[in-house]
Amino acid sequence: MAGRSVLKAENLGKEVNSPEGRLTILAAVDLDVEAGDTLAIVGPSGAGKSTLLALLAGLDEPSTGKVWLQGAEFSSLDEDGRARARAQQVGFVFQSFHLVPSLTAIENVMLPLELAGRRDARETAHQVLAKVGLGPRVQHYPRQLSGGEQQRVAIARAFVTQPAVLFADEPTGNLDTATGTRIIDLLFDLNRASGTTLILVTHDQSIASRCRRRVQLEAGHMVR
Amino acid sequence: MKALRFALAVLARDFKSGELTVLVLAVTVAVAALTGVGFFTNRISQAVSLQAAEVIAADLRLESPNPIADSVFNEAHRRGLQTARATALVSVVFVDQQNQLTALRAVTAGYPLRGTLRVADRPFGPGQAVATIPQPGEGWADSRLMARLGVRIGDKLTIGSTGVRVTHVLEYRPDQGSRFVDLAPTLLINASDLAATALIAPGSRVTYAALFAGDRGAVADFKLHLEQHKAPAERLLDVEESSQQIGASVKRAGQFLNLAGLVSVLLAAIAVAMSARRYARRHLDAVALMKCMGASQNFILAISVIELLVLALAAGIAGTAIGYGAQQVLAYIVRDLLSGTLPPPSFEPVLMGLVTSITVLTGFALPPLLQLRTVPPLRVLRRNLDPPKLRYAASYVLAVAAVLAMIAWVVRDIDLTRWIGIGMLLTFAVLYGAGLLLVLSLSGLRGRVGVAWRYGLANIARRGRESAVQIVAFGLGLTVLLLLAVVRTTLLQEWRASLPAGAPNHFFINIRPEERAPIQQFFVARQLSAPELYPMIRARLIEVNGKKAAELPGLDDRGRGFAEREQNLTWTPTLQVDNEITAGHWWRGDELGKPLVSIASEYERDLGLKLGDRLLFDIAGEPLEVKIASIRKVRWDSFHPNFFLVMAPGLLDSAAGTYMTSVHLTPEQKPMLVDLVRQFPGVSVFDIDRLLLQVRDVMDKASRAVEYVFLFTLLAGVMVLLAAIQSTRDERRYESAILRTLGASRRTVLESVAAEFTMLGLLSGALAAICAGVVGHLLASRVFSIPSSLPLIFKVAAWGLLAGALLVGITGTWAARSVVNHPPIATLRQE
Repeated sequence: MAGRSVLKAENLGKEVNSPEGRLTILAAVDLDVEAGDTLAIVGPSGAGKSTLLALLAGLDEPSTGKVWLQGAEFSSLDEDGRARARAQQVGFVFQSFHLVPSLTAIENVMLPLELAGRRDARETAHQVLAKVGLGPRVQHYPRQLSGGEQQRVAIARAFVTQPAVLFADEPTGNLDTATGTRIIDLLFDLNRASGTTLILVTHDQSIASRCRRRVQLEAGHMVR
Repeated sequence: MKALRFALAVLARDFKSGELTVLVLAVTVAVAALTGVGFFTNRISQAVSLQAAEVIAADLRLESPNPIADSVFNEAHRRGLQTARATALVSVVFVDQQNQLTALRAVTAGYPLRGTLRVADRPFGPGQAVATIPQPGEGWADSRLMARLGVRIGDKLTIGSTGVRVTHVLEYRPDQGSRFVDLAPTLLINASDLAATALIAPGSRVTYAALFAGDRGAVADFKLHLEQHKAPAERLLDVEESSQQIGASVKRAGQFLNLAGLVSVLLAAIAVAMSARRYARRHLDAVALMKCMGASQNFILAISVIELLVLALAAGIAGTAIGYGAQQVLAYIVRDLLSGTLPPPSFEPVLMGLVTSITVLTGFALPPLLQLRTVPPLRVLRRNLDPPKLRYAASYVLAVAAVLAMIAWVVRDIDLTRWIGIGMLLTFAVLYGAGLLLVLSLSGLRGRVGVAWRYGLANIARRGRESAVQIVAFGLGLTVLLLLAVVRTTLLQEWRASLPAGAPNHFFINIRPEERAPIQQFFVARQLSAPELYPMIRARLIEVNGKKAAELPGLDDRGRGFAEREQNLTWTPTLQVDNEITAGHWWRGDELGKPLVSIASEYERDLGLKLGDRLLFDIAGEPLEVKIASIRKVRWDSFHPNFFLVMAPGLLDSAAGTYMTSVHLTPEQKPMLVDLVRQFPGVSVFDIDRLLLQVRDVMDKASRAVEYVFLFTLLAGVMVLLAAIQSTRDERRYESAILRTLGASRRTVLESVAAEFTMLGLLSGALAAICAGVVGHLLASRVFSIPSSLPLIFKVAAWGLLAGALLVGITGTWAARSVVNHPPIATLRQE
């Protein structure tokens, strides 16, 4: 596939201060992801998967290297600048769903649209929730939904803004195998349908194998 | 615009979910407390300023203890001024067996020269303006006098040796507002009836007033003329000066009530800070998520500020509405103490309500909300990432600034603000320290109680600092309420009981020299012993050791009173039984007739005198210089006739004066007073029991008003408790789940909650009992001069503990009960 580059990283690294001095948790990652591609970041616990995801999504600032999102340098922006970029181009799905407990399912999905100032938030959210099979449960609060249903709401919320890149951090980590499989199916279906680039952090090889590309991390270094 | 819509939506959801209930309630309580007092004091000061122009019922007023010479009136007429006379004295008015100490005011036609009289046709009825004064033989009694004597229009009242028929209820007279609280009710009569009462004899305590009004320039000129020609004992009053004086005393009372209201505001502010912190903590995840989805820092800030402003507005309006209702109750409580009806309040307190809610929210809720701005979006991946720690110094500075701003707004005086600020800070610090000590004292108890109690006590100890804050929050309100209850009931009763049985309970003054023997016979004829009579003469201090008394340095109010006003003095060869010489010596036989004086210790202290000082007095126009021969400590509450100044006999015997005495009468003997007043109309009778009853009535109502204001303090204490429970709810839920998983029954967990709050209440009660006990003891020993009794202290302690335990125990257990009801599995799953 020789598509357009959506997300690019060069020499990306992260160091933190620890009682033992400077600690490198990620080093020299080079990466180029094209539009519509699917990429799995795999590796054992503590390998730096979530750190890489955070840097790619602009949630954290790198110690070395740069990130480009849609061709524009992302890592040199300040926090608000990165937030603007995220609002327009990035979606998230988390392991622990991260739904706002005081908001109903539809309100949770409306949230990113409202933040973007969209007037049609409610209708759009409705449509996407119907797409993930939760049409009848839009007025339920997170605590009234099962884990699988909560993750569907989270996926609807991630796709509702039609982002260029969708980051998923261990999206099935809190679910049983059967539910997890259904969630992954949904994720890949939506990804195909909307042409979103999917970047997935997982330690589950079977999920990783469904992605076109894979990045293996070990002790903060890319080994493959 | 986007932020506004978003903020309103968030607010609506938070409100629905109950996240903001305590915060809004706390601000509402703060606003209600302050606006309630604000509306009330606003009405009072409006009443005062409405009356200010007519407060002396004239443009210029000359008051004197002696009749004012006709020449003064002639001079005023010559200058084209209107004049009137008003004579005031306190006397007993009778109806059948009933009697009532009354302020009698006899006026001439034309009174009042400024303002109008208003009369009603029934007590406490609506008044109507009239342009006349009572006709001869008529009396206009105010509602209080009518109520106390149980008389109706048409009834006849006996004053001295004459009587008047009540023809109207006096609803308002312009110069009634000269004092905020008037002890004696008023009876207005025509000046032509005054002589017939025979109440005025040489030496009687009468205030004669001359009223002048007219062209401004003429009044100003006449004022200059009077200043130059008036006698030393005469006092000149003009409108500006008088209204300033009243304004000052009303302002002081208002400031006191406002400060009482501020205590509630401070406690409520603590509750606001607590619940704002919890609100911020619970929103960390949501804000991190919003930032992850692209919300900027400014957007988050805008939302916080908008939310705060909307909350301030809502709580401000709700609190002001409640304050308005509360003010009505306050006005109702003190209705008898006020002269006339109050005008409706102005809108100024509404502004005060908004300022209060904005200040409280800015000072106490803004810092934690501002913190939300800095939540790192990475928190969505790492839950342990918190925003940079709240800089406590910065947030405290904001809070202290808010508090000082509120105090300054209320007292409008920089110096006072500083002192009150420091005072409040110290009080809170001391109470907080005491609260912490109480919490620490619990540790010894833990080994000796069952599991539920042990767990409850452990909870108090673990949240030591928060527990101490809650103890203070409740303790403060309870302290004041306990103290007021003690003063209002017990202390006054005990003081009365501490007086020796058979202590005189009636004073008789204005006894003329020729009435001495007849009055003693009057009592002897009724199986009483002949009372000892003391001569009484009025004297004014002019010089001390050759220096003008009025210019003595460093005088306080009482000292100035001694230096400027006339004093009664007496002479006697023997020291009274309840007097004790503390310096110098009582006159020896060879000193009788010498220019010597014995002074009371109060006189010595307030004027800064010492033994051997020379005092120059003006006695009935004659100068007399005497040397201080001794200083006496006087037990005034023995109710025997006592004087600040006692001269050696033989010196003044020829000076014309009156005599006084005091007698103990049992209730059965009291009817003889009617005969006495008929037989000796000039003699004024003071019934101490009745006077005490009146003092108690005033104290009762004033302290009820203050108590009422402090109920808000208690309510603010409840807010602190609710905020504290709310802020620990998640923690409590988790612990309750664990306890229940480990096999504790719902009942056991509920018991531990009840134990915790009951103990917290007991500690608040203990703090209140200690504080009220200490202040009560000081009041008893310093103000009432009675030994503070153990039963009293036990009573205070018992009430404090009981009230605290019940109030905090019930409120706390009720507010925390949902923790127990929450299914443990749901809690553990969430974690």
